[in-house]
Amino acid sequence: MSALADTAPRRAGMPGWLAPALMLLPAMLLVVGVVLVPLALTALLSFHSFSSSTGISAGYALENWAEIAGDPYYAEMFLRTFRIAGVVTLACCLIGAPEAYIIHRMRAPWKGIFLVVTLGPLLISVVARTLGWALLFGGRNGVVNKALMDLGILSQPIPFMFTEGGVMVALTHVMVPFMVLSVWAVLQRLDPRAENAAASLGASQFTVLTRIVLPQVMPGILSGAIIVFALSASAFATPAIIGGRRLKVAATLAYDEFLNTLNWPLGAAVALLLLVAIAAIVIGCNALVERHYSKVFQ
Amino acid sequence: MLARSSTSGIAPMTDPAPAFLALDGLSKRYADHVAVDALTLGVAQGEFISLLGPSGCGKTTTLQMIAGFTEPSGGAIRLEGRDLVAVKPARRGLGIVFQSYALFPHMTAAENVAFGLEMQRVPKAERARRVTDALALVGLSALAERYPRRMSGGQQQRVALARALVIQPRILLLDEPLSNLDAKLREEMQIELRQIQRRIGTTTILVTHDQHEAMALSDRIVVMNAGKVEQIGRPQDVYERPATPFVASFLGKTNVFEALVERGADGAAAVLGTVRCPCPPHLAGAGHVLLTVRPEKIAFADEGLACRIVSRVFQGTYWLFIGETPAGVATIVCQNDGAAQPGEGESVHLTWRADDAALRPLSGAGA
Repeated sequence: MSALADTAPRRAGMPGWLAPALMLLPAMLLVVGVVLVPLALTALLSFHSFSSSTGISAGYALENWAEIAGDPYYAEMFLRTFRIAGVVTLACCLIGAPEAYIIHRMRAPWKGIFLVVTLGPLLISVVARTLGWALLFGGRNGVVNKALMDLGILSQPIPFMFTEGGVMVALTHVMVPFMVLSVWAVLQRLDPRAENAAASLGASQFTVLTRIVLPQVMPGILSGAIIVFALSASAFATPAIIGGRRLKVAATLAYDEFLNTLNWPLGAAVALLLLVAIAAIVIGCNALVERHYSKVFQ
Repeated sequence: MLARSSTSGIAPMTDPAPAFLALDGLSKRYADHVAVDALTLGVAQGEFISLLGPSGCGKTTTLQMIAGFTEPSGGAIRLEGRDLVAVKPARRGLGIVFQSYALFPHMTAAENVAFGLEMQRVPKAERARRVTDALALVGLSALAERYPRRMSGGQQQRVALARALVIQPRILLLDEPLSNLDAKLREEMQIELRQIQRRIGTTTILVTHDQHEAMALSDRIVVMNAGKVEQIGRPQDVYERPATPFVASFLGKTNVFEALVERGADGAAAVLGTVRCPCPPHLAGAGHVLLTVRPEKIAFADEGLACRIVSRVFQGTYWLFIGETPAGVATIVCQNDGAAQPGEGESVHLTWRADDAALRPLSGAGA
């Protein structure tokens, strides 16, 4: 034990490690009971086999993992999931970062108003926000599609529902606030005089943005990108509503295996693979970012 | 404080005829207050000028207007006869050192310094040479590849100075550059700053609230208060002959005594005890005048103004006394030259040379 702990008052007969252990216990129980045990059970479940007539068998097999590895259907699902997440992440960077900077540069009343307008959607359920898109573009009866067709501008409704493009647009709308928040946090620490200093040294407004502001904001954009990517790859509600049964991603696939096909072991394998893949990508990216920026920002 | 050898070669007191930088009736008005009120100032080439005043006096706003970050509400800024107001900050060719240094945190010291040269499209070889020279000038050659966050405040300050000087600015603007440094480092940087400025001869404008800094560094000081210029002059002149009560009280401590005007054989004089200071004709008619005298100009004597020492504080190089006199509270500063000093409770007499005292009417601000 450290010298600090030794000087702390201690009850007689109580070993030094007991008090911290007791204080950690409630949170530890919660994490173990609610996160670790279900996760371990899911992992175990993925190694059982399943048949539609007899249900889940007691023995262990690699059947599900072999199916996922062998059937190109699953590869397509995962490829699509990460393609959508990648495009949504890129779109959020391109929209969210400039948005945060513009709001950051606004004057007093507008700055607060536009920040609330930007972050306000976080207060509304993802389901409600996604259903909004479905109302606007949902087939022939979607408000926008109907209006455009009635006006004779379009003969066919805009293909939105059950398309990858539609899922990407709706997910981007859901994820942009996270990017704004992440970039915003970094912008708060920026010294506005550095921009003045660059201008006084002869830099144009464009050069100030690309050479001074962007490199300093980059860590915020990258951490925002990691958040957005992880949330998009594991998103369920938006792909479920816009993509439906016709356009599945990994999360909706796992859901269907659990609740429609009732093939829990296969669903568990899909869910576990998604978790591992996202964790690997996020941890890998984070390590890259940390290594690159550690010497500059510490 | 820095010993100043000579100020010859630099126009004193009045504005030199063709000013290098001319501020003409420069004003900045906001909705609810006037930040800078019709400031007129001529700066000679190579001169070191300080804008000195309490916070909110308009000195920083003035600097911001020269730099181009704040648009003036009225008046003109001319550099070598050319109007600057319409010129973008990026095209003014001024070097600025900010209070926060405003270094680019994602660039090394050398990259920070090179940035201005890159903007001027200076060829790579020459750029490298000038960056090396600039870092050597501020004594940071060894830290060229270090990032600002891994430098001390003083080192960051030097990088900021090198970055501003490397573009060979027509004017160097310093916005409270030393206020974030601790006292000892600040004094060292003052001396160094002055030496660098002397060596390269860049016209420099310093904004500061620190009277010692202004006096140590400047050829001339512009004392500002509430957006207005109180006095422009050489540091000794501003200190010894303050034009207004504000200047007298802002620069150093000062004693203000109420004195009786007596007419004698040698003309009218302000009298305090047995100290007599000749009265100028326009004050001769007044019954009472205010007499101001600096604490360090007062000496203990056998006769003069009676005073009882209330407290005595040892300050290292000098003693500080607070005394009570019939004319009011007196502050006296005595060099610690080893001589015996009066103790608390002792009765002494104060005296000073008539030249060291200034007189002004009882009421009314101006002198």
